[in-house]
Amino acid sequence: MDQNRRNFLAQTGKFIMLTGAAAVAWDSILAGTPERASNYKLTDHWWAMTIDVDRCIGSGNCVRACKQENDVLNEPGNFRTWVERYQVRTDDPDHPVVDSPNGGYDGFEPITNLAEGTKVFFVPKMCNHCAHSPCTQVCPVGATFESPDGVVLVDKKRCLGCRYCVQACPYGCRFIDPRTNTVDKCNLCYHRITRGLTTACTEVCPTGARRLADLKDPNDPVHEFLRTHKVHVLKPQMATGSKCYYNGLDGSVR
Amino acid sequence: MDRGNRHYGHVLRVAGLFLFGFVAFVIVRQVLVPPDFNLDGYGFFRAGALDEIAARPIAYAGQATCVECHSDVQDTRAKGAHAPLHCEACHGALAKHADDPENVKPATLNPRRLCLTCHAKMAGKYDGFPQVEAKEHAGDDACTSCHNPHHPMDGMGG
Amino acid sequence: MHGVEGYIYPNEVELQWSVLIVLYPFLTGLVAGAFILASLERVFNVKAVRPTYRLALLTALAFLLVAPLPLQMHLGHPERSFEMYLTPHRESAMAMFGFVYLWYLMAVLVLEIWFDFRKDLVRTWKESGGLKKKFYGLLSLWSDDVSPEALRLDDRLGRILTIVGIPSAFLLHGYVGFIFGSVKANPWWSTPLMPVVFLFSAIVSGIALVLLLYMALCRIRKVAIDMACVDTIASYLFYAFLVDFSLEMLDLVHRLYEADESLKALDFMVHTRLFVSQIVLQIVVGTLVPIGLLALTQVVRLREPIRRGMYVSAGLLTLLGIFAMRWNVVIGGQLFSKSFLGYTTYKMGFATREGLLPALVIMVLPFVFLAVLLRIFPTWPGEREEAHAGATEAARA
Repeated sequence: MDQNRRNFLAQTGKFIMLTGAAAVAWDSILAGTPERASNYKLTDHWWAMTIDVDRCIGSGNCVRACKQENDVLNEPGNFRTWVERYQVRTDDPDHPVVDSPNGGYDGFEPITNLAEGTKVFFVPKMCNHCAHSPCTQVCPVGATFESPDGVVLVDKKRCLGCRYCVQACPYGCRFIDPRTNTVDKCNLCYHRITRGLTTACTEVCPTGARRLADLKDPNDPVHEFLRTHKVHVLKPQMATGSKCYYNGLDGSVR
Repeated sequence: MDRGNRHYGHVLRVAGLFLFGFVAFVIVRQVLVPPDFNLDGYGFFRAGALDEIAARPIAYAGQATCVECHSDVQDTRAKGAHAPLHCEACHGALAKHADDPENVKPATLNPRRLCLTCHAKMAGKYDGFPQVEAKEHAGDDACTSCHNPHHPMDGMGG
Repeated sequence: MHGVEGYIYPNEVELQWSVLIVLYPFLTGLVAGAFILASLERVFNVKAVRPTYRLALLTALAFLLVAPLPLQMHLGHPERSFEMYLTPHRESAMAMFGFVYLWYLMAVLVLEIWFDFRKDLVRTWKESGGLKKKFYGLLSLWSDDVSPEALRLDDRLGRILTIVGIPSAFLLHGYVGFIFGSVKANPWWSTPLMPVVFLFSAIVSGIALVLLLYMALCRIRKVAIDMACVDTIASYLFYAFLVDFSLEMLDLVHRLYEADESLKALDFMVHTRLFVSQIVLQIVVGTLVPIGLLALTQVVRLREPIRRGMYVSAGLLTLLGIFAMRWNVVIGGQLFSKSFLGYTTYKMGFATREGLLPALVIMVLPFVFLAVLLRIFPTWPGEREEAHAGATEAARA
């Protein structure tokens, strides 16, 4: 074969191979680009939650709705959200009596022998979707993360079930789902909020104590709420950047 | 190292072994790391997870959906104390019903159990929240024998 | 709720990290400690401990090989554990530890063992036949250069590796301490002292282990125990223990003094559920008694059999005490609720995936590995030369 033909064939061969390789590479790049739910833009939202302790009546609607919406086992130790009842004696505020029977799933029974001068109130708890989340910091494989729209999520396909994040969460909101042996927790009903719906707990709360909030939405009532109420986050000293804003949070609440 | 020491062949072998291991690791990594991992604008996670999580079917339809068919109930409710509640707070998760209203019907509700979930007298509810001692208030009667759940105080002077 | 006192968050009903996670720092601690002892001879020229040099290296390897096993058995998805090498999250201490482990195993321990044992491996390769020949050929990487220059090179490289290995061993176990110490959500764990305490208790446990193993193996081989060696090791154990104990007491006293909110819960814990494992087992039986025994041997001249008995007792109690320390950190840190309003109990299964039975098996396995390694690698100084000389003698006769 003469030199020119050989060169030509070599060049053509190289060209074909490179194009093929480039095509494969391009496909793999495209394949990885996720599709958004048509008009939902991640950067348009920064999700948060407001919880008004003064309005919570301990109905347990939220706990039931969350389990229903998110297919959470009705077993001990499996709570994406729960409600606590505090009984604080005004002469001993450092030692509140707290209960959360089955997380508040069946509501609460009336207190027998309620002592005079005891303050009683209900505190819903959930994942705080921290902006500086300590749980996502410790995940060894990037299986739990903060989404660009402010929700702390779990990638169940990558979670090892090492439980480091469960240890690192100061609020006790994570648990292991025994069916998948991966971590589970409140994900702010991500499948709902990305479709313009509200979270299940907000949907069913009878008094509006729990409300989903979008801090990037100028029309969201959260801005007025934050302006007109004295709000507090849980364990502020941990600097987690918690985005669950509580109104009426008593100092005894842990 | 001694100048002129040629006796390092075995060192080269073990170094070669380590190099081979390293290269093998790099290649395996290229193959196994998902292509949508750690993308710009996302973060240190698999971007496809967002879609997977968002793809979950919903159980609660949301009030806006209920009102599409049941606007008359909404008009009634808007006048009463239960206006701030959403339908499914009492009626349960009804996305399936909204998708197929003919064949999937909402469950029948038990007033004593349902209404008392919120309205049973108990410490911890805020001042002014309507709560009753059930037996005292209504004996064994169902709440709905006097109250219209969509307009609870209708005809009761309030 | 059964076993619960006060209020715990609803998701805290079961402990997240079990006895297997207690075993992991215990095993890696033994590795770091054994290596530090080996490095005493190699880098600091403490000739007295030479008899234990190779034993310490092989002990470290045996325990390091078993160390990932409790982790794998604990993971919800052990088949995904390789993800830690594929997509390690750089902010996660656990992810970075995967690389520290790999570095230590391959670049330090395996390489150092290879360079140190190489001439014996080559000799066995050349002197044996059949499958054994092939095996030792592989171990030698088919290089038979045992010239004085090559051996000098080996020695120098081994020395460099040991020097590199000391901070690596510090990193290996310090990191484990950091995995706990950096969790701000858990006040029992969260302290900058944690990596340091872990490291020194590791050194103590490793030294005690090699001491015990050496004495036991001398018994098994029906060889006299080199008392100079053992006395030296015991003195190092003593001083390391003093430092370790001081650090742990510093941590405890500091907490008691500052008496912040977390202590209101923790103090209770020490007095109730953890009392036996913390005060009795860890502090008294596992620390004060061995320190006392060792101190006695340092100040009073005792006869050899008495000294040996005291070293064995001290060594065993030390291992018990360091295990108790790991238990008190890992399990103890999970017995109180993050609400600081209640406590729970640890219910350890028996024949479950994370129960007592697998824990016991994992504890025994490193000794099995060590037995195998001792067969493969000639450990005792002069052993191979003796055997070789004996064979030549027999051939000549």
